[in-house]
Amino acid sequence: MDDKSPYLHPEFETLSREDIQKLQLQRLQATVKHCMNSPFYKKRFEECGLKPEDIKTLDDLRKIPFTTKQDLRDTYPFGIASVPLRQCVRLHSSSGTTGNPTVILHTQKDLDEWANQVARNLWMVGLRPDDVFQNSSGYGMFTGGLGFQYGAEKLGMLTVPAAAGNSLRQIKFIKDFGTTAIHAVPSYVTRLYEVMQEQGVDPRRDTKLKVLAIGAEPHSEEQRKRIENMMGVKAYNSFGMSEMCGPGVGFECKEQNGLHFWEDYYIVEIVDPETLEPVPEGEIGELVLTTLNREAMPLLRYRTRDLTRVLGHSCPCGRNHVRLDRMRGRSDDMMVLRGVNIFPIQIEKILMQFPELANNYLITLTTDEDNDNMTVEVELEDMFTDDYARLQRLNKDVTRALKDEILLTPHVKLVAKGTLPVSEGKAVRVVDKRKVYQ
Amino acid sequence: MTIKQISIFIENKSGTLLKVLNVLKEANIQIIASTISDTVEYGIYRIICDKPTEASNLLKQNGISSITNDVFAIELDDTPGQAATAIQNFSEAGINISYMYSFLVGCKGILIMRTNDTDKTQEIIKLKKMKTYDLA
Repeated sequence: MDDKSPYLHPEFETLSREDIQKLQLQRLQATVKHCMNSPFYKKRFEECGLKPEDIKTLDDLRKIPFTTKQDLRDTYPFGIASVPLRQCVRLHSSSGTTGNPTVILHTQKDLDEWANQVARNLWMVGLRPDDVFQNSSGYGMFTGGLGFQYGAEKLGMLTVPAAAGNSLRQIKFIKDFGTTAIHAVPSYVTRLYEVMQEQGVDPRRDTKLKVLAIGAEPHSEEQRKRIENMMGVKAYNSFGMSEMCGPGVGFECKEQNGLHFWEDYYIVEIVDPETLEPVPEGEIGELVLTTLNREAMPLLRYRTRDLTRVLGHSCPCGRNHVRLDRMRGRSDDMMVLRGVNIFPIQIEKILMQFPELANNYLITLTTDEDNDNMTVEVELEDMFTDDYARLQRLNKDVTRALKDEILLTPHVKLVAKGTLPVSEGKAVRVVDKRKVYQ
Repeated sequence: MTIKQISIFIENKSGTLLKVLNVLKEANIQIIASTISDTVEYGIYRIICDKPTEASNLLKQNGISSITNDVFAIELDDTPGQAATAIQNFSEAGINISYMYSFLVGCKGILIMRTNDTDKTQEIIKLKKMKTYDLA
């Protein structure tokens, strides 16, 4: 590929709307047919009397029932797969501990295609094989690690699997290896900058950084601008979810005006989360994705629960793939904090293990100096001690138990009984004061 | 040897202490001594009052969490050095004091204290013939 080309895959990236839709129909029909190898989809199609041949136009997609996270849990671990397990080479699993985790399988071709998407994105924002890419994202089950690793390698960059944490070492790598691009969750970029300041490192003067890829954690435009001002480079928003593969699904181009979702890989629908009918173009609704290019585990009309809207289909960058707004919230109660997905039920489960605590609790999310924080207020069941040290110990024990569950340390605050909203019907359990969704 | 102390969980925000005091005021309960520790988010308000059982029930009825404990109440002459002498007895016996506060009744000083070893404390009080204070 010519380094000067703005496109890594011009044959797909610059397709006209008409050609995108032609390709989508072709791939949708093939995907649906392939899905009949999945015990889950075979049964589901039979239940609603649908045959693969019934999908004659893109609009026919709407005849297919939605797939939900619950479906993934119910078929745990391998019940949705459309290929025999021996063809699969990779598994990723969600961090969620509400019921069964979700498992996503990949064939070798799936991994290649995933890497292609990530490579396409990184190329789009100006990275080339001469660049040095430092992936400061968690590895392991978290797809931001291996996803960016393989994508950056595919593009041909020298790729440093620095993983998250150990900021001093990160900064040393950035300086010594001449890192030009970093991928991290936004709050970690802020942390890196703080440590740089402590160390007297000026990213503009002392590093070769030119691109940041940030994602996996909701952030506002304002937060992005702050990060760009701090580091002196452009920060591009990345969208991914393990159910679709991981990072790579959507990415901003240099215009920074919405995320291009790759319509040669996915069909994008925005539906009303209540009625499940499509919303008028441009209105906020729930993002629903259908995979078009997957072998191991294609998903049809998967409800992401992320809320967003269509910004448009054309872009000065020459790509006609749909542009979506940054995520505006969730249609369920999942919270995303520093890249970690957390459901209130996980918190509740832990709190209820402490007999000293009552049933009422309130989770408050705030942004303090660019860091997302969680405060958990919980009522004391009864005054069980006259000893302040014992209250403090309880506080500590609850904090530790929560940390073990959600992998983040929340600020736990004990409050007197009767001071929080009562747990009946739709008690407000989560107050999100972060600037992200405003 | 011991008297009833009521401990109340108090959040550090304005109005919470007043709510407790108003409940006691309504029932004409007299607070003899009280202490509250300064903490960031919450603390414990400890009181000695003339009608501890009634006070405890009332607090409960008003949705205020409290716990009633027996604490030591040592009576001292109101002259310099008395507290030092008393505490020395416990110190020599290896007893650790969890918390302590004091007040005056007439010309007697009363030390309210909770220790890490109730039995041993009782023993020392008897052994050293220390005077204790009773509400009745």
